[in-house]
Amino acid sequence: MADDHADLPPKLAERTVDEDGGALIAPEAVTPETPVRKFNINFGPQHPAAHGVLRLVLELDGEVVERVDPHIGLLHRGTEKLMEARTYLQNTPYFDRLDYVAPMNQEHAWCLAIEKLLGVDVPRRAQLIRVLYCEIGRILNHLLNVTTQAMDVGALTPPLWGFEEREKLMVFYDRACGARLHANYFRPGGVRQDLPEALLADIDAWAVAFPKVLDDIEGLITGNRIFKQRNVDVGVVTKQEALDWGFSGVMVRGSGIAWDLRRNQPYECYSELDFDIPLGKNGDCYDRYLCRMEEMRQSTKIIHQCIAKLAEAKGPVLTEDGKVAPPRRAEMKRSMEALIHHFKLFTEGFHVPAGEVYAYVEAPKGEFGVYLVADGTNKPYRAKIRAPGFPHLQAMDWMNRGHMLADVSAILGSLDIVFGEIDR
Amino acid sequence: MSDQAPTETPAEEPVPHLVALGQQIQANSGGAVYGFKVAFGELTLLAERARICQVLTHLRDDPACRFQQLVDICGADYPQRAKRFDVVYHLLSLTKNHRIRVKLQTDEDTPVPTAVGVYPCADWFEREAFDMFGVFFDGHPDLRRLLTDYGFHGYPLRKDFPMTGYVEVRYDDELKRVVYEPVKLTQEFRQFDFLSPWEGARAALPGTGYEYTVPGDEKATK
Repeated sequence: MADDHADLPPKLAERTVDEDGGALIAPEAVTPETPVRKFNINFGPQHPAAHGVLRLVLELDGEVVERVDPHIGLLHRGTEKLMEARTYLQNTPYFDRLDYVAPMNQEHAWCLAIEKLLGVDVPRRAQLIRVLYCEIGRILNHLLNVTTQAMDVGALTPPLWGFEEREKLMVFYDRACGARLHANYFRPGGVRQDLPEALLADIDAWAVAFPKVLDDIEGLITGNRIFKQRNVDVGVVTKQEALDWGFSGVMVRGSGIAWDLRRNQPYECYSELDFDIPLGKNGDCYDRYLCRMEEMRQSTKIIHQCIAKLAEAKGPVLTEDGKVAPPRRAEMKRSMEALIHHFKLFTEGFHVPAGEVYAYVEAPKGEFGVYLVADGTNKPYRAKIRAPGFPHLQAMDWMNRGHMLADVSAILGSLDIVFGEIDR
Repeated sequence: MSDQAPTETPAEEPVPHLVALGQQIQANSGGAVYGFKVAFGELTLLAERARICQVLTHLRDDPACRFQQLVDICGADYPQRAKRFDVVYHLLSLTKNHRIRVKLQTDEDTPVPTAVGVYPCADWFEREAFDMFGVFFDGHPDLRRLLTDYGFHGYPLRKDFPMTGYVEVRYDDELKRVVYEPVKLTQEFRQFDFLSPWEGARAALPGTGYEYTVPGDEKATK
């Protein structure tokens, strides 16, 4: 900028006489209009507040954001293409790798889609286990998001406290399925295996103690002056905007729209569970934070209810339909039919009748959907994964316009972005 | 395809209110919606490509529909058809609490009118469909590739695009940059065909192209 005017004589504005010594000119007329170049910067792909591999091209006017162009796809693995070459069962692990913060919630949508096409019933105990682990996933997700959002605006302690609890929850994942993150636990028709009684007791004990941890984290953040300065009235989303931009989950509830798929279009056994849906009033980053905190408390409530119901609901955790679910190990030793079923299921896989369905769950980030087109074979013809973060990230442009550069990371944090699911 | 589907599923079970809604929408559309079907408890409208914006606007504003939200747009490839692509819209009404799917057909050259004017969030969904399938959207403000690499060629989700792709990248230590090379597979990619039917020849899945005879069948016809 300065270079453009290096050749100009100094104090041009103050002169009133032309260089030739000619006519007087009014000072305002000579004042040069300083051409301010818009400043373009790259935010990411290597940036701690980008929550993964996001490249934002920001156009700045001074420190005010004028335009945001998110460049995504740096984590694109072609999941949908790969899925077309795998059997239905082989595809379940891909869902852990989408939103890797809450893996089982994604598997849930996939299983629901297959079950809808197959017309398989899920045993009650399996339904309760699924809901139990989906709520654990919700807490896993919100703990990560809330605390790293605090970190994005400058607080270091909350993530340390939150991750301690996440660690405990991942041990529960581990004890159910043997993996801390990539669970591969849900199956079309139920879940892989039953939970031991001791695990249920431990989850229950954890859920009793957890609200205290939430109180501690709230004590750190909720009333914190810096956190409020950075989040209140930042990234406001009105109700209409939330609808127009395809928002879901906390992004609509933060704006005051009472919409939760667990309540409005209940799946599994959510209709018989008692929980509240927290709503925001102002639709800003702070309200979304408050919603997430309250949702964790409600999830704890659901976990207690599920464990109480699981104590009564004994029985199978996977459908008895031998054409869909593998036989028990002991059965395979005795029954020829079971052995054949086992062999066929793990080589050919089950066939899903032709048709198309859209199955959805209320994932922690919003509506996670799977549009599944089956052609009657053992592999999906087309599977489209509808990730909640995708439309949320799209909104970065208009949400950030007019905000300061420092608000970008606060807004990005409150959108709850994970690139595994956006890039797929 | 779905005609041959085993019928223990609730696929063909009629859902009266969805059928009524479908009939009503089709009647009010002035020919822009040329058909609908209800399967698995979901309503699917078949729409004329050129009039998709009119259909979407109607679905958004009509008091019986009120589909305020566009949930998803995606493509699907059926290479054996003349118009090989489906563009599928999923809509949701938060006040009426119902969902709908709108489908239209197009090919590689015919652009689909963009839905950005009706639902702003169509922007990225259409960019993705363009990126993955090469479906063009007419009037889209910024139809760039979205998910694939800068300078990527081809449309990965088309059925004729190989799963392994055409190029692979690695970091070249001498050139000090990432280089693109044709895919070299150390072992041939094997796609096993396990499509032997579950229950002998009965499940030979007519219509799917996987005709199958159990060894020994030819003796029976002698």
